Amino acid sequence: MADATISGGLPQGRGAKTASPGGPMLAADGTPLRASLARSLRRQKMRALLLIAPLLLFILVTFVMPIGDMLFRSVENHIVADTLPRTVAALRDDPSEVPGEPVFRAMAEDLQVAVEEKTHTQLGTRLNYESSGMSSLLRGTGRDVKGMGEDVAKAVTGLDDAWEEPGTWVALLADPAWVQTQAEWAAADDKSPEPAFAASAAATERLPRTVEAYQAFAHVTQADDGDSVTEEEPWNLAYVALADDLRADPGAAEAFEGDNRARLDALSAAVADGTVPAVSYRDMFVESDDAWGEPGTWSVLRTFSSRFTPGYYLNAVDLKLGPNGIEMREPKDRIYLQLFVRTLVMSLVITGTCILLGYPIAFLLANLPERTANLLMILVLLPFWTSLLVRTSAWKVLLQQQGVINDILVWLGIVGDGNRLALINNQTGTIIAMTHILLPFMILPLYSVMKGIPKSYVRAAKSLGANDWTAFWRVYFPQSVPGIGAGSILCFILAIGYYITPELVGGTKGVFISNRIAYHISDSLNWGLAAALGTILLAVVMLLYWAYDRLVGIDNVKLGG
Amino acid sequence: MRITKLLGSAALALLPMAAPVLAQDAATELPPCDGCSDSMVIMSWGGAYQNSQLKAYVEPYQALTGITVTWDESSNEAIAKLRAAQEAGNMPYDLVDVEGPDSQRACDEGLAAEIDFDEALAPGSDGSSVEDDFGDSLINDCFVPQIYFSTTFGYRTDVAEWNGQTPDDICDIFDTATFPGKRSLQASPKKNLEWALVCDGVPADQVYDVLDTPEGVDRALAKLDTIKDDVIWWTAGAETPQLLADKEVVMGSTYNGRLFSVIAEEKQPVAMLWDYENFDFDGWIVPAGLDEARMNRVMHFLRFATDTQRLADQAKYIAYGPARASSQPLVSTHIDLGIEMAPFMPTNPDNMKNYLVNNIEWWSDHQDEVEAKFQAWLGQ
Repeated sequence: MADATISGGLPQGRGAKTASPGGPMLAADGTPLRASLARSLRRQKMRALLLIAPLLLFILVTFVMPIGDMLFRSVENHIVADTLPRTVAALRDDPSEVPGEPVFRAMAEDLQVAVEEKTHTQLGTRLNYESSGMSSLLRGTGRDVKGMGEDVAKAVTGLDDAWEEPGTWVALLADPAWVQTQAEWAAADDKSPEPAFAASAAATERLPRTVEAYQAFAHVTQADDGDSVTEEEPWNLAYVALADDLRADPGAAEAFEGDNRARLDALSAAVADGTVPAVSYRDMFVESDDAWGEPGTWSVLRTFSSRFTPGYYLNAVDLKLGPNGIEMREPKDRIYLQLFVRTLVMSLVITGTCILLGYPIAFLLANLPERTANLLMILVLLPFWTSLLVRTSAWKVLLQQQGVINDILVWLGIVGDGNRLALINNQTGTIIAMTHILLPFMILPLYSVMKGIPKSYVRAAKSLGANDWTAFWRVYFPQSVPGIGAGSILCFILAIGYYITPELVGGTKGVFISNRIAYHISDSLNWGLAAALGTILLAVVMLLYWAYDRLVGIDNVKLGG
Repeated sequence: MRITKLLGSAALALLPMAAPVLAQDAATELPPCDGCSDSMVIMSWGGAYQNSQLKAYVEPYQALTGITVTWDESSNEAIAKLRAAQEAGNMPYDLVDVEGPDSQRACDEGLAAEIDFDEALAPGSDGSSVEDDFGDSLINDCFVPQIYFSTTFGYRTDVAEWNGQTPDDICDIFDTATFPGKRSLQASPKKNLEWALVCDGVPADQVYDVLDTPEGVDRALAKLDTIKDDVIWWTAGAETPQLLADKEVVMGSTYNGRLFSVIAEEKQPVAMLWDYENFDFDGWIVPAGLDEARMNRVMHFLRFATDTQRLADQAKYIAYGPARASSQPLVSTHIDLGIEMAPFMPTNPDNMKNYLVNNIEWWSDHQDEVEAKFQAWLGQ
């Protein structure tokens, strides 16, 4: 503690200068005082850090990291580029509204891989957030993609049975070195996956599309299914690619030898004379679903092919990213702005009713004799200690149409039996239940501030001629304002993020933005949108806090006397 | 042979005392489980349904094998939990109970393992193959069916404003003039859209054709708009029974087993409106990527828990129909109340004069679009 006093109380630089004009001032052990001080300060800081380390770690792990993750999720958009890598690359080279054959071919490969890996449905779900209909489009075409190019495959295998043999393809396309390693792997009979397929130089040069299509097939077969390419017949896509390669390069067979050459020569001839039909992926896609021929579909893919996107944030404020920039959503799809406004307004109303109801009680508590005040305090704290769910459910019993309150009103003849008041499953229900639940958060800070206001002030005011009201309004009330501030901040910030009470008593009109967040987390699984909504909510709260600090000053807020 | 066997089982099922006998019976046919883990985490729905599973086959299985079973009651958000677990790379669940459409979603997204039914499940006690015995309930490669249930309506029988009339037509839901009062409907487009279209004049077998058209969903929502102000929306199956019992609603949709509880167990003045009940399946999925020991245990359990007798046993605790055809003749009486379960079964011919079957393929294709549309409609 002595070190702290020195460092806090005595600016060491100036102290050393005045005390020792000749050399550095020395501590008792002969080291320069400055160094000795710095060391002990450092030690102290370390000790302080160690003391708070558990809390710091806890906050980092449970608070900062999740928030970081949330921020990341709200902009991250890897799924399109990860699921359709070839399409995204091909789209970059093709600026036309509805792209040409290379993009459709890339799409066919990507989609075939995605279907095997079962990722196309997730992609559809993701893109559906931006444009309704993408989900069913990708699911539907996902089912059709396996059959695409079937007539080509049939024609090729009809020409020569050997094309049905997996070995034929391996012999044609594989790198001899890979064949060697594969054979060793097969002989070793271990359970590790087959060595990744590698194509020969000749195949890569003369049959580029075939190699690309086959590589995709090989990757899925080996890595995802754990099978061997030597035992699986390739997808139809590979047959189409081979036919396309031979159409583009009829002499490709010359780069190969033996059986391969003979088969390719035969196939080349068949491709040339039309025995093996030419097919267009574009036609096959459009046949699967007309939407593939429409510019809208492709502009969605193009717009959301980047790895990061503002899409979720735009969505969270009822905007969308169209081909011509940012635009409003259709009126019937707009819900979030309205929800944000409703959340803010209702939180304000709830805070207001808390002040109205809480202030007199806190005043009573602070001014009654100790024994009565304690009893009242227990009445305030008892609901505070009761489970939130129990209290909310109790409100359901009280407020419903056949509930206690309506029954009493009907019995008293205030309302007719036919038109009982709707007090629940609407905004009224949310306001009543949440006011009750948040009331202690208003009363407690108010009480502790009022407790600290000396009674003599009001007596002095009265003795100087003020009537009761003036004494209260001019003397007492201003001193209790910091308590109102603290209570309001607590109530408002708690209210704005409330979830369970609006969910239970709010119906459809009395729910908050947090209910929508919960819905997107657990039902619709749109975690990106949930993250964006959460981030906006966080930003709004911080903005309001900042505004409050500017207007009222956070120093004026007191949580205790 | 077959008939004596059936009669024998039925007779045993009538006696509560028969439980240990059955267990012994099963012990002889339960093969040992080699290389199996000795515990399971099962996700289910909680409540009466989970209890029926516990009594009908989980407790008997535990008695035979001595493994521990931990329940996780979060099936209503099963897909979210499975996806989160898969992202985290740590799958805490061994077996998950889901409705048919969710199984489709899990299967499509690779969250659930594909199962070879012929190998994994027991053939029917009447000798029928797995495929024949389960029939239409084998909706995809991941889903092991347990029961079929229907979503249907219950109504209060003591509403004075109705002047002695009772609803017997699904479209009475939309008739607020003859049947005034609040209704409770599920806060989900599923089933509500189908009913709305049926009551908007669409023949039942064309409901999904109409929904498939661009204006189909709007048409259904427009029909729902006519009663929107009279609807309390529920998210948990227990809400409608509660609302009916509290007189908060005069009619409402929920799962038929819940209504059975209100009528038969709670003895509330509530009756069932079976018109156009909407069938759906509930069953097991196995999370993808379990290690071998856990997988062995789960498959061992599944074979036992979905055999003919076990599925029939489940109907003693809850009014849902067993998914196996061979279990149907074994359905008898409620274990505590002693009443015949057949009149409460959704598959009773009297109850299925008009019915809809939830089109899982259509819904899994269009769920994302329609759900977003419906939620926006609901929020406005």
